[in-house]
Amino acid sequence: MKNFWIYLAVMFAVTYLVRVVPFVIFREKIKNRYVRSFLAYIPYTVLGAMTFPAVFYATGSVPGAVAGVVVALILAYRGKGLFPVAVFASFTAFIVSFIISL
Amino acid sequence: MKEFLQGIRDGSAIGIGYLSVSFTFGIAAVSCGLDWWQAFMVSFMNLTSAGQFAGITIMASVGTYFEMAASQFIINLRYALMSISLSQKVDRQFTFPKKLVLGFAVTDEIFAVAMSRQGEVGSAYFAGLTVLPLLGWNLGTLAGAVLGDILPGNIVSALGLAIYGMFIAIVVPVVKEDKHMRLVVLLALLLSFCLYYLPGLKKISSGFAIILCSVAASAVGAWLFPVEEEAQEGDVNG
Repeated sequence: MKNFWIYLAVMFAVTYLVRVVPFVIFREKIKNRYVRSFLAYIPYTVLGAMTFPAVFYATGSVPGAVAGVVVALILAYRGKGLFPVAVFASFTAFIVSFIISL
Repeated sequence: MKEFLQGIRDGSAIGIGYLSVSFTFGIAAVSCGLDWWQAFMVSFMNLTSAGQFAGITIMASVGTYFEMAASQFIINLRYALMSISLSQKVDRQFTFPKKLVLGFAVTDEIFAVAMSRQGEVGSAYFAGLTVLPLLGWNLGTLAGAVLGDILPGNIVSALGLAIYGMFIAIVVPVVKEDKHMRLVVLLALLLSFCLYYLPGLKKISSGFAIILCSVAASAVGAWLFPVEEEAQEGDVNG
């Protein structure tokens, strides 16, 4: 790691300004359809790209992680909340990597 | 005061949700090599899950400061859109200094609750709304970071999956309902796999890979499938 405090200051400054500057200066709604669409897609493409394929290497056991991801996808598809999905994904990864290590 | 208390009540569910999400962030941060107090400081100063997670990933991989700034900008850009919507919904008492302070707490969930309120949003109500989420976010991080140090290694590494599990739980319901969103997210995943595995492209750092994939896929999505105007905007109250 480089300097933690500089990383933290950069994170804080960017995140704070992104929130507050538009809050303070905008009076009009963004009309441009393409800009609005781009901003609507951004959160989900970010989360998708952040998750795959990095998730397969998140636990130190690729088979365990794959099993956890499958469980997470099934539970999320069935409409389970954030916390149960996260807990069962981790639990599955733990069990599978434990069995493999025997 | 009544407004403030109503805000606190309306924020309680968010607070409980944040407690659990930030708990796993605390664990993830410690397993990335941060100290417990560093994990706490990141949560204290930022209050954003995806951005913080990308942030600790960049810290752990010794990314550049520019990479840090760019990743936070792209990942948190959605807050700018929310702040624009919110700026049209707040009342006249919500003055410039109050915006400077309370604007810090614009998150997906706080924004959603504030926008679902009838009529205009006052600063007392919005301040109340932020109390329990802030408390939950900071306490959860602290608990996760401290426990992450104590728990056995194989449990902590399995919990490394938790934050990704939450991302999956956020994305899947949306792509299930929306065909265009599904195609756009699949494109982002395809690009992400290419950048990760193709020789030559592997040199691109993870922070920039996320930015490239999300910007490219979202731009293609906006071009091919521009979203319709939202019907539920509160113009009636204007």
